This record gives sequence, C-alpha cells and structure tokens, in this order.
Amino acid sequence: MPTHEQAAPGLLDHTLQLRWSLPVLAVLAALPVLAALAGDTFYVGLATRILIFALAATSLNLILGFGGLVSFGHAAFVGVGAYTVAILMQAGLVSAWVAWPAAMLASAGMALLIGLISLRTQGVYFIMITLAFAQMLYYLVISLKAYGGDDGLSLASRSSLGLGLDLGQDVHFYFVTLALLVAVLVLMVRLLNARFGHVLQAIRENEVRMTALGFAVFRYKLVAFTVAGALAGLAGALLANQGSFVSPALMQWSQSGMLMIMVILGGVGHLYGGVLGAIVFLLLEEFLSHYTIHWQLGLGAVLLGVVLMAPNGLTSLARRRTVQ
Amino acid sequence: MNGILILEQMLNGLQFGLMLFLLAAGLTLVFGIMDMINLAHGSLYMVGAYLIASIAAATGSFWLGLGFGIVGAAVFGMLLEMTVLRRLYQRDHVSQVLGTFAILLMCNEGVRLIWGSQPLSLNPPGMLAGPVELLPGFSYPAYRLFIIGVGLVVAGLLYLLIAHTRVGMQVRAGAANREMAMAMGTNVQRLFTAVFGVGAALCAVAGGMLGPLLAVQVGMGESILILAFVVIVIGGIGSIRGALLGALLVGIVDTAGRTLIPPTLGYLVGLQAASNAGPAVASILIYVLMAAVLFFKPRGLFPTHG
Repeated sequence: MPTHEQAAPGLLDHTLQLRWSLPVLAVLAALPVLAALAGDTFYVGLATRILIFALAATSLNLILGFGGLVSFGHAAFVGVGAYTVAILMQAGLVSAWVAWPAAMLASAGMALLIGLISLRTQGVYFIMITLAFAQMLYYLVISLKAYGGDDGLSLASRSSLGLGLDLGQDVHFYFVTLALLVAVLVLMVRLLNARFGHVLQAIRENEVRMTALGFAVFRYKLVAFTVAGALAGLAGALLANQGSFVSPALMQWSQSGMLMIMVILGGVGHLYGGVLGAIVFLLLEEFLSHYTIHWQLGLGAVLLGVVLMAPNGLTSLARRRTVQ
Repeated sequence: MNGILILEQMLNGLQFGLMLFLLAAGLTLVFGIMDMINLAHGSLYMVGAYLIASIAAATGSFWLGLGFGIVGAAVFGMLLEMTVLRRLYQRDHVSQVLGTFAILLMCNEGVRLIWGSQPLSLNPPGMLAGPVELLPGFSYPAYRLFIIGVGLVVAGLLYLLIAHTRVGMQVRAGAANREMAMAMGTNVQRLFTAVFGVGAALCAVAGGMLGPLLAVQVGMGESILILAFVVIVIGGIGSIRGALLGALLVGIVDTAGRTLIPPTLGYLVGLQAASNAGPAVASILIYVLMAAVLFFKPRGLFPTHG
C-alpha cells in the first residue's frame, strides 16, 4: 500500500466514478419533473422507496462488502431507527433535526452492543448470532403494546425539517432523501479511502495477518459495525417518514435477507453495489408484480440466473480474490 | 404450578424438539459436509407436507400419503441437488444465500401455483385421534405420543446409519475434513446427492408429522427453518449429536417458556404487563439461549471441524 498521499489509487481505493454517476444523479434529480410531465406522481413514491433501500443496502455493504462481515440482522437497525422516529413523534417531537439524529444514535448504540458480543464469533456463527439478536429486537418490538405491538404505529405526520421544505410533499421528501443518499455515498468513499477503510478491507482479505501486524482488528470491525448501524438507522427514519407507519414487519428476518440480496445482486464490495441492487431488485419486483401475482417465481428465476450465469459474480470481492 | 402441567410441557417440548431434529439433521449434514448454507431446506419441508397432505386427501389414507410423500420429497430433493445446488458448493456463502433464497421464492410460488394459497388440512389417522391416559388423571393426545415415537425411531435409525455403516463413516469423514475424505477415495458427488435425498426425506417426515398440528401452508418452511438454524448453531455445525441435543434444548426451552414465562412474569410485574410482554419474552428465549451458547462456545456445543 502506498504511504504518500499523491500515490495512484490502489486496490483498496474507491472512486465516486463521476463520469457516469453524475449523469445518473442528473436523471434522478429531474425525475420528479418528468413524473409531473407524465402526470404520474406514483413514480416519485416508488423512487423514494428505492433510494431509501439503496441507503440501507449501502450501509450493509459497508460491513458485508468491505468488512467481510455477513450480518443477517441488518433490518433490526433499520427498524430501531424507524421506531425511534415514531416513538418521538408520539411524544410530540416532530423536528427532523432531533428525531433523525436520535434514530441514528439509537441504532448505533444498538449496533455497538450487538457488535460487542457478535464480533467474537466468525463466519457462519456470526451470520447466525446477528440473526438471533435481530429476532430478539423483533419480538421486543412486538411486545411493546404501548407502541402498537403487532399492529404497528402510525405517525401523525412526517417530520418537519424547516429550511422552507415541507416533507409532507412527496417531491420535497424525495429530494431530501436523494441528498442524504448522495451525502452517505460521499461519506462512504471518504471513509473507504481513509486509513480506516484500508485497514477494514485488509482485515476482510486477511484477518490473521492484520492481527499479526498489530492492528486492533476487533475495534476496527466494531467501529464499522456501529457506523453501518447508524446509517441503517437513518434509512429507518426515512422509511418511517415515507409510509407514516412503522410495524414489526420492518424488522423481520426476511427484510434482513432482502437487504443482503440487494447487496449481493448489486455487487458486494462495490461503492454502488447497494444502490444498484436496490434499484434492480425493487424495479424487478414492481415490474413483475404488474404482470402476474406469481411474480416471486420470476424474481426467483432472475436471482438464480444471476448466481449461476455469472460464476465470478458481479462482486468485486470474487474478482479481487481471483486477481490475487 | 403442578407436576402434571410440567410433565405435559416436557412431553410437548420433547415432541417439538424431535421434529426440529429431523429438520436440523439434514441441514447440519449439508452445512457440515458441503459447507453450504441452504435456505431452501425449509422448502423441502413445505413440499413434503404438501405432497403428504394432497396424497392423503386423494387416497383417503394418511399412511399412503406419508409413504409416497416422503419418497416424493426425497426425489425432489435429489433432483434439486443435481440440477442447481451442486453448482453452488464451490461458491462463497454469500452466493449460496442468494441462490438458495431464489429457490425458496420459486418453491413458495410454485406451491401457490399448484395448490393455491389456502392452507391444506391434514387429519391424523383415526386410530390416533383420541387421548391416552398415561397416569391416573393425566391423559395426553395419542397422536403426539406417536410423533414422539416416530421421532425417537428415526433418530435411532439415523444414529445407526451415521455411526455404524460405511456410508455414515464417509459422511462423518466429509464433515470433519472434506478434502481428506475425497483424497481417501470417497465418491463425494454421489454421497452429496444421497445426503440431500435423506435430508429431504427427513424434512418430509417432519412435515407429515407436524402437518395435522400446524397448518400446511405457503411459508410454513421459513419460520421453522430459522429454528433449525438456531438448533444446528447451538449444536455445532456438522454434528448429528449436537443437532439432537440442540433440538431437544430448543424444543423444551421454547415450549416451557411459552407456558411458564407468562405466569412467572405475572407474579413479578403484574398481570396486565405480563399478558402483553409474556409471549414475546417467551419467543426471545431461544435466541437468548443461542447467543449465550455462542458467547461461551463460539463454535457450538459439539464443534466438528478442527
């Protein structure tokens, strides 16, 4: 790894790839206008949902793709964020400036606690223990009868942001979501290209070696896990706002599975893996469900096709392994 | 809290645990030998239960349904292995999760396409319908006793197969060290297909046994799959002994928790709060158990690999 700042990007560096990501961003920014012209504002809602899941999947990709930590309980952090916003809303706190950071903080705290215990285990056992903790939180939320229990909890309104923006309007909410996703992606690229990101990716490649080199491997993994939890909490806060409703279903294990599928589909360890996966997965779901109620059959066939037809995957992880 | 109630709950726990074992046994072997995460294992259970229920309905005989359903599920499992799953062995866990999740989706929709989304009903055979008086003043459903019996017999047969036959030896060798087993001349490909067939048959047995107690419906495989994963993680992946112990632990803890926790909580925090939180706390119990086991033994109770 080059030590000086001006060195050419190495194997562990990532770029925003502005050459094609800027045009995509321009299209996304123009989308509400296009939808209004087409007279169909339904697509703004769908696009917002996709962007929120892109954010959630990106946060999972930080640990799954760059840290090699296959967490099967990521939906729990999304759920904790969503419930934080809903509970604060019920208590009369509507400001996004308070509720959203609180959601991130709550999710980060939960991730820190779960990470402290889970990160002691390896491989498949890590997958299962993260699942176990997510299930515990899921049942915990069901038992919170004061906050709706099994039935979920409705939000009186969306959070208020000020700045002349009314989140109650779908277009405003869409732009806020888009801005947050862009901010998170920029943060991700900064994080990955910093020393922290390099160490994290090196741990993914060879943990024993990094331990031998004297890195506090556990602490790096814990920080990554906590940051991913915080970002998932932000996605949860947005999700609660979009539907104005939270329910334990947000935290079901199939939701964690879906986030994982998005990351795998889009590209494990690619900066845009989570975004791409969320777009493809949700569009596919939307498209197929228009044609048949048995859309899951088609979705399954496509997913299986991706796994079987691309033996070395869309995943940079697999590609990098073959390079070495 | 009286002795009869505790005895009844222990029997219920034993019955549920043994059925979990049938699912977990196949899962732990597939996991241990082929190092493969198979999310579609619950689908074999579902397909088995559907086959049994529909054949039983068509022929009017529970036993015919059970027999043909088990064979059908085994064939389905082996076909699945030969066509798709075989290609996933060499891939990383993440691809396996995606691939088998895809199969799970397709199985669910396939079943919905063929049988519709209404749950099927499966009735226990008439001669097992009534209760049996085990102790004076304590009767227990005959069908549940029958399930316990079947579970014990199958567990015994599986033990003989794994511990005392040549194939079983190869299976154990594969779980402990796959490369070495291959180097020693084990035909792994055929072995893998056979393990899948046996695993699917065990799933179908569990599906057929639990069918009359739980609903035969789409999605029935998912909830029990998670429990089976908890079982094999507690037991140690690849270990049949661990799967049996883990399954009994989970079965008894889960069943006992559901009956014992609400009254205990009621005593501690008051009836109203207990009736709210009780069921959820009981559901959490097995996950707490798993987390505790992994905290002290990060590789499960009976680790098989090195």
